[in-house]
Amino acid sequence: MKRIIPFTAAAVIAAGMVTAETAPEDVVFGEYGEIAESLTGVAGDPAEGEKVMTSRGLGNCIACHQVTALEDYPFHGEVGPSLDGAGSRWDEAQLRGIVAGAKNTFPDSMMPSFYKSTGFIRIGDAFTGKAGSDPTTPLLTAQQIEDVVAYLMTLQD
Amino acid sequence: MKKTMLRGAIAAAAMIVGAQGALAQDADSLTINGEIDIVTEAPAAAHLDGALRTVYSGWRFRSDETQAMEMDDFDNPGMLAVEDAMVAWNTAEGTEGKSCADCHGDAAESMTNVRAVYPRWNEEAGELRNLQMQIDACRTEQMGAEAWGLDKTPMLNMEALISSVGRGTIVNVAIDGPVADMWEQGRELYYTRTGQLELSCANCHEDNYGNYIRADHLSQGQINGFPTYRLKNAKLNGVQGRFRGCVRDTRAETYAVGSPEFMALELYVASRGNGLAVEGPSVRN
Ligand code: HEC
Ligand code: HEC
Repeated sequence: MKRIIPFTAAAVIAAGMVTAETAPEDVVFGEYGEIAESLTGVAGDPAEGEKVMTSRGLGNCIACHQVTALEDYPFHGEVGPSLDGAGSRWDEAQLRGIVAGAKNTFPDSMMPSFYKSTGFIRIGDAFTGKAGSDPTTPLLTAQQIEDVVAYLMTLQD
Repeated sequence: MKKTMLRGAIAAAAMIVGAQGALAQDADSLTINGEIDIVTEAPAAAHLDGALRTVYSGWRFRSDETQAMEMDDFDNPGMLAVEDAMVAWNTAEGTEGKSCADCHGDAAESMTNVRAVYPRWNEEAGELRNLQMQIDACRTEQMGAEAWGLDKTPMLNMEALISSVGRGTIVNVAIDGPVADMWEQGRELYYTRTGQLELSCANCHEDNYGNYIRADHLSQGQINGFPTYRLKNAKLNGVQGRFRGCVRDTRAETYAVGSPEFMALELYVASRGNGLAVEGPSVRN
């Protein structure tokens, strides 16, 4: 089911020299769905994360989640739980895992996998209704995932 | 880490329960023109296998203003389409020089129990037909006229007319016999999570009806109100066109209107509404 790909130190170092970005198919989820390592090695920027959370063309997390700190943006959804205090409930590795591939943390979750490139049924080309390519471009880039995680960490009780 | 995990899981679980406990639909009741009572809430049919306890018309999830537009034919923009279709009903066309009325008389008498039982198996043709396919079959086979084509304006208008005279009739779509396999296929499609967002019809319309998503209040996705006049695009919308929009929104490759897959899905979704009343042309946002 889950693809566990050994992540050798050598590979990290070799890749780290150029770009340290982990490709979606190489992401290693832990036993509880967490992702221990940063996907890029570059610290996330919470301000960018806020943009991703609230932009329709990006994460649009508020389509499903209520976030009090984002009240200035209209129309928060009710499909997922409120994210208030998410940074106190979860640690960084867990949040990275939830945003990149929530189904590893919550089996059968309604929440989309934002860093996943293959294994879809009838993959489309964005919102055109036409056929898409497989593998496809993940919904968010590795750095956008890190930015969102950094933003979620600011949501403390 | 484990401890945080557990706390997180409990918080999430509590919130999910909370969300499902939310009051899903309003308590309003629908009477059109002060005389046609519309059943907008009914016990779910046995073939829903307990997936839903009660089925609700999409009308119950709309704002008071949108609801009001459907309560009086003068305020319902979909009724203008019905007037257009009334002209078409009485107009002779095609090589046979016949009108709908020549065979079916007054629609208000002959068509009251039609919309409620479609899609329906046509024994002679050996195929499942939705109402639009049946209308085009009449045009090409009985009148020798040209097909209107699925979801085209005169087609949606005529579908609206046939629905309007059946308003209040209880939906009762057959799911057994020759359509049983197609119904199964439709059910499977309903529960398949498609596209890059990996969402099924059931994720939104069974697990989350009553909740807000992307600034819209999710209904059960019932089709008793079709064709629907949507304020968003200011025209009548057909069932399968609506399906396309929903599938597209999962970032999936959609099926074509009239495809075997959408025929199966229409049959299945229609049957989920057995017990509700025909309501089209309805008004939705
Ligand atoms: C289509 C709906 C949907 C979208 C879009 C969505 N989520 Fe979720 N999310 C959920 C649901 C449902 C859960 C509850 C977990 C489950 O499924 O059991 C959840 C759970 C979570 C949790 C754990 C909640 C907690 O505090 O305990 C976090 C954190 C989270 N989501 C963050 C995000 C972020 C960040 C985004 C956007 C990048 C996002 N979600 C987009 C539906 C969604
Ligand atoms: C991402 C969520 C989502 C998914 C998945 C989805 N829908 Fe919808 N659907 C909506 C929203 C939002 C609306 C508009 C509000 C409403 O009527 O529920 C809607 C409306 C509808 C309506 C119109 C109901 C009315 O009363 O006018 C139908 C029918 C429908 N959906 C059927 C389907 C079917 C069939 C599928 C699967 C092929 C599906 N939907 C998948 C979100 C979704």
